[in-house]
Amino acid sequence: MSSVPHAHDHAHAHDDHGHGHHAGGYGGIMRWITTTNHKDIGTLYLWFAGVMFFVGGMMALLIRLELFHPGLQYINPDFYNQLVTSHGLIMIFGAIMPAFVGFANWQIPMMIGAPDMAFARLNNWSFWLLPFAATLLIGAYFVPGGAPGTGWTLYPPLTVQMGIGMDLTIFAVHILGMSSILGSINIITTILNLRAPGMTLMRIPLFCWTWLITAYLLVAAMPVLAGAVTMSLTDRHFGTTFFNAAGGGDPVLYQHIFWFFGHPEVYIIALPAFGVISQVIPAFSRKPLFGYASMVYATSAIAILSFIVWAHHMYTVGMPVTGQLFFMYATILIAVPTGVKVFNWVATMWKGSLTFETPMLFAIGFLILFTLGGFTGLVLALVPVDIQLHDTYYVVAHFHYVMVAGAMFSAFAGIYFWLPKWTGKMYNEVLGQWHFWLTLVFFNMIFFVQHFLGMAGMPRRIPDYALMFETWNQISSLGAFGFGLAQLIFVYNLFKTLRSGEPAAQMPWEGADSIDWTHLPTPAPYHTFETPPVLK
Amino acid sequence: MGSKPIRSISAVLAAFLGLAASGAAHALEWYFQAPASKMAQDIDTLHQYVMWLIIVIFVGVFGFMFYACYAHRKSKGHPAAQFHENTTVEILWTVIPAIILVAIAWPVTKTVIAQKDTSAADLTLKVTGYQWKWGYDYINGEGEGISFVSMLSTPREQIENRAEKGEHYLLEVDNEVVVPIGKKVRVVLTAADVVHAWWIPAFGAKQDAIPGFLRDIWFKADKLGVYRGQCVELCGKEHGFMPIVVKVVSAEDYTKWVGEKKKAMAASADDPNKTWTVAELVTRGEKVYAANCVACHAAAGQGTPAMKAPALAGSKFVTGTEQGPIDTVLNGRPNTAMQPFGKQLSDTEIAAVITYARNSWGNKASDVTPAEVKARRK
Repeated sequence: MSSVPHAHDHAHAHDDHGHGHHAGGYGGIMRWITTTNHKDIGTLYLWFAGVMFFVGGMMALLIRLELFHPGLQYINPDFYNQLVTSHGLIMIFGAIMPAFVGFANWQIPMMIGAPDMAFARLNNWSFWLLPFAATLLIGAYFVPGGAPGTGWTLYPPLTVQMGIGMDLTIFAVHILGMSSILGSINIITTILNLRAPGMTLMRIPLFCWTWLITAYLLVAAMPVLAGAVTMSLTDRHFGTTFFNAAGGGDPVLYQHIFWFFGHPEVYIIALPAFGVISQVIPAFSRKPLFGYASMVYATSAIAILSFIVWAHHMYTVGMPVTGQLFFMYATILIAVPTGVKVFNWVATMWKGSLTFETPMLFAIGFLILFTLGGFTGLVLALVPVDIQLHDTYYVVAHFHYVMVAGAMFSAFAGIYFWLPKWTGKMYNEVLGQWHFWLTLVFFNMIFFVQHFLGMAGMPRRIPDYALMFETWNQISSLGAFGFGLAQLIFVYNLFKTLRSGEPAAQMPWEGADSIDWTHLPTPAPYHTFETPPVLK
Repeated sequence: MGSKPIRSISAVLAAFLGLAASGAAHALEWYFQAPASKMAQDIDTLHQYVMWLIIVIFVGVFGFMFYACYAHRKSKGHPAAQFHENTTVEILWTVIPAIILVAIAWPVTKTVIAQKDTSAADLTLKVTGYQWKWGYDYINGEGEGISFVSMLSTPREQIENRAEKGEHYLLEVDNEVVVPIGKKVRVVLTAADVVHAWWIPAFGAKQDAIPGFLRDIWFKADKLGVYRGQCVELCGKEHGFMPIVVKVVSAEDYTKWVGEKKKAMAASADDPNKTWTVAELVTRGEKVYAANCVACHAAAGQGTPAMKAPALAGSKFVTGTEQGPIDTVLNGRPNTAMQPFGKQLSDTEIAAVITYARNSWGNKASDVTPAEVKARRK
């Protein structure tokens, strides 16, 4: 075992010798099924997210293949709608959210000086719910009628017309929601109760803060989604008319309920991403995070505001002018705390001592492109402009800047940043940089031009389009294939690192200063902080 | 390392340039369509105003960042400062953006209020979204009483790449909406089945059509011409194939069009006392089928299982009693894309299409007369 740099806490350094490596002594597959170890479960979440990322990515490539030329070539419109729906659901619930829960599992106990998550068995179950949900989501393709073709927003009354695949999807959403709620309860309890002595709330790394706030958002928002889809389920099968005007219901009611979940969901994805970036930028600037306290306040402000802006997704449903104005003002208000965060990150880099390894490159890519996505969000917040752009490719471009260049770039930054801590091995820096630059170029090739498509008038979710949109669509599709290929570099680099990576130094990043780096050996042993660290 | 990725990047770049050249036949559309109403013009102006603000802020903020990336690098020997807060700066960069946002919100608010004012319209047009066509009823003002259904007119061969695509591929319809220039048109929207959305980009007018509810918007076109848009709310299989075309004409031409349209409507209305032969009904029914049924029930009546649309060929229900199919076509089937066609189709059309289905694709059964359909209407 490598030596621990701080003499005052090497009590734990012998932990793994006394306890053996794996929970309950199981080996093979049973180790993973029965594990209650936060690191094992974090690993499971990350592998699951990786697989789902490729499944959802293949769906996106099929969509871009069909859109390469006008006319219907490879897939029929019905299957196209199914792909659009599943791509969204799988990427959000299967790839991005589990990836960040994986980070939370690995990092939160190590960052606050806890031995594990608060509810270890619950943690196991939170993960193992996911494969069942994924099976239902993908299994919907193999039942009569196929997967639902409604878009990931699942708007009724279109949902009522769908086949049994819709019911499978609704149950999948229930299970995913359950998993998220259980995971969030665990994260909240861990952060509030298991901090090491001296690790006050205003000392925990910002990643833990953003996750604490995210977990509250999840607990508040996921039951709302479950309610919305349950009402759809009873409308489909049990004669209720929540969303059917013929029985006194209202289709728009669903949209309100859905987006009351859906907008906080955007921040459920974005806040942990902010957290990762807030760890990476100071480390590679060799300088403390600028404005830690204001970051905490800004994150909280964003979380609270996220619950009062939902109807900006619905400006065209025909709400009263006072409603439109309220939601517009509340939405543009979010630009203030978000701006504070961006300024803080830039100020952290200012007068630092910067180096540009792969995690930092992805963090800078995040910073620029996420801000761009934030700016188009400001454009879309303005009612009259949004009415022109709503449900066009401009919106598609906007949310992919936030989801891909935001959340996914941040996830890559996190993986490259923490991989040496987790595995004790160093990834190949040259391949990492190729991965970043190709991802950056191809990402913009796919999505930047989609702003033009939207402004010129191309609706989203159409399998075929007018001739004037052809050139941008071809550029976008070529970018998508390039983007897909670039991710294979990441896969290769990852497996190469796991098999034969160079051993990582104890402190591979000299600017990292959270206790997972300073108080634990690299790689982190199977059990850590069984006795709390001593903090100054 | 290096040479291979570089070669693949240059291949992609070459493909990119080649495409740009091949795309030159169609001008590259990258901005809003030319506005044809003051509202669209106002939206364009607002967008430009906000866009320039954004560009200035973006360049400013990332100017600092890139300067730091250049000047404060470890490789240049820059030592890391250790400051981590500055209250003055933090207050400034909270307050200044807030002021900028007020400067954005103020002009936008006026446009929002104007956009919502549907009062004092010269003409009222009711728009109904169907899977997958638009119904139009002129319900107030000159042309009151005109009513028609508007459908995609692009031939199937073009969509399936068996024929060269026309200039207005997917943006052309059989019945265009015609409105007079300079008149305020109030559009009242609803839908018969699922949520649709009606949009003409050049007017800056977009509104969801919600089944069971009426919503309204308005536009006032100030340029003659033909303006094209599409349904923008995912509404099922043929969502990409229900365009909207509005033709803006002078007041005189509009009056002329109203006269012609009314005459044409009267001429095409079927004589209720006419006695139809089976052959006539089948011929007429084939046209009705092609316009209304083929998207789900398919060309040979084989149905589309994915749409829950059953096969009509060989169906005992279709060839059984006459009331069964009549009621289904009149009233639809709840929770499916089979909508009530009673309001869209005349007795003759319904009789014709049922007779056609009962006597095609190997089916053989008695014909259905318009009188029988009329009797089943409630």
